[in-house]
Amino acid sequence: MHVEWYVSLIQAVVIINLVMVTFAYLTLAERKIMGRMQLRYGPNRAGPYGLLQPIADLVKLLNKESFQPTAAIDWLYVLGPFLACFTALTTFSVIPFGPGWEIGGVYIPGQVADIDIALILIFAIGSVGIYGFIIGGWSSDSKYALLGAMRTCAQLVSYEVSLALSVLGVVIMAKSLSLTEIVAAQSDTVWYAVPQFVGLVVFFLAGTAETARAPFDLPEAEQELVAGYHTEYGGMRFGLYSMSEYINLITLSGLCVTLFLGGWHGPGWDGATWAGPLWFLGKLILLLFLFIWMRATLPRLRYDQLMRFGWKILLPIAILNAIVTAIVVVAV
Amino acid sequence: MNPQPLGTLKGFAVTFRQIFRKPITQQYPEYKRPVYPRFRGRHRLWKHENGLEKCVGCSLCAAACPADCIRVVAEENTAENRVSAGERYARIYEINLSRCIFCGYCELACPFDAITLGNEFEIAEYSRDDLIYTKDMLLAEPIKRVPVADREQFDTPEPAYKTSS
Repeated sequence: MHVEWYVSLIQAVVIINLVMVTFAYLTLAERKIMGRMQLRYGPNRAGPYGLLQPIADLVKLLNKESFQPTAAIDWLYVLGPFLACFTALTTFSVIPFGPGWEIGGVYIPGQVADIDIALILIFAIGSVGIYGFIIGGWSSDSKYALLGAMRTCAQLVSYEVSLALSVLGVVIMAKSLSLTEIVAAQSDTVWYAVPQFVGLVVFFLAGTAETARAPFDLPEAEQELVAGYHTEYGGMRFGLYSMSEYINLITLSGLCVTLFLGGWHGPGWDGATWAGPLWFLGKLILLLFLFIWMRATLPRLRYDQLMRFGWKILLPIAILNAIVTAIVVVAV
Repeated sequence: MNPQPLGTLKGFAVTFRQIFRKPITQQYPEYKRPVYPRFRGRHRLWKHENGLEKCVGCSLCAAACPADCIRVVAEENTAENRVSAGERYARIYEINLSRCIFCGYCELACPFDAITLGNEFEIAEYSRDDLIYTKDMLLAEPIKRVPVADREQFDTPEPAYKTSS
């Protein structure tokens, strides 16, 4: 269906802002939920129940001085956070959140860009995003930042293999790389969480490592590395890094919903056409809660444990899953 | 690595259960936990019942102070101007609370129990100058009242240096 250019433009602006708002309140939710899990209240001073806390944080970050180390490489130092944030925001454009609507004769698609190779695009842009972290850590001329960047690099590269292989089963079953078609294939048959349960688990664990969340948060291990690759960053540049990390998490959860949990479809019943985004959001929130819950529960892995888990456990399981899926799909 | 899937799941159950329990946080500005009776807060200078100051300007507190935050300038009492019960009195008595470490040595050194450490601990200010407490401020009743735990229940026995002197 033909999509007017201005519809895409407006949609992009709206989606980006919605993702930003989700990010802002994800940070609040994380602090609140983790607080409760540790018998604390979490932020409860700014506004009722601390609801204005993200805004207060934003104002604080924006008001801070944009300093940089003397020996830092200027343009790379500035480029790092922007690259990370840009790639994080771009990825969300291909994730479908609704069936598409016809309002006043204008067709509004269910995603910003419906691309045939959306899945590959997400991984490609995600890989570019790693540069943001490496550049930032390297150009800030600090040993902690460099160590953090190297850890980030090593971890992200090793877990990206498992992540990409874990979705292979889904691609084989749906016979498509387009996310809209994968969602459609799931509503025709069954959510891929059931036949691809192994794939879902591998995807979830590799995704946790990919977004550097606990228990795989070695890249920023506060106790040993100060803050990892963004040690030397302050103010809104740090804010951009933090934002890109959380938005990566949101995108990954969105991808997980799309690939394994039926996308914007309800469980067996969709409701009205406008309910699509709500189903999507509900599943997204569920997954995000799971990530927060995991962070509050599990301690960080040791570096060798991380590498062994990635290469010796997750990767073979992902490969086996892909092979078995292929055999089953061909045989049936 | 030794994976323990059951133990991990149990851990998840534990963290989830905590959500429904009441947080143990004490909401500080609204609720002030009573301080221990012998808590060492900001200083207080005392007067005799007849209105004369107990401090005689001997500067022993300033000598004892490890942070060197007390400044005493003494002057002779005269018949027209009798301030303290002794021969001399402290014309200037200043404590720089931004230097004070609240060790209580001044209280210990004072031969007349003129200076004591009170219970007040909310003494933050926006400016360092405001943290220099003058004699008038130290003599006045503290404005802020701090809840103090029951002395009967929580106080330890009188310290030896007080009972023996």
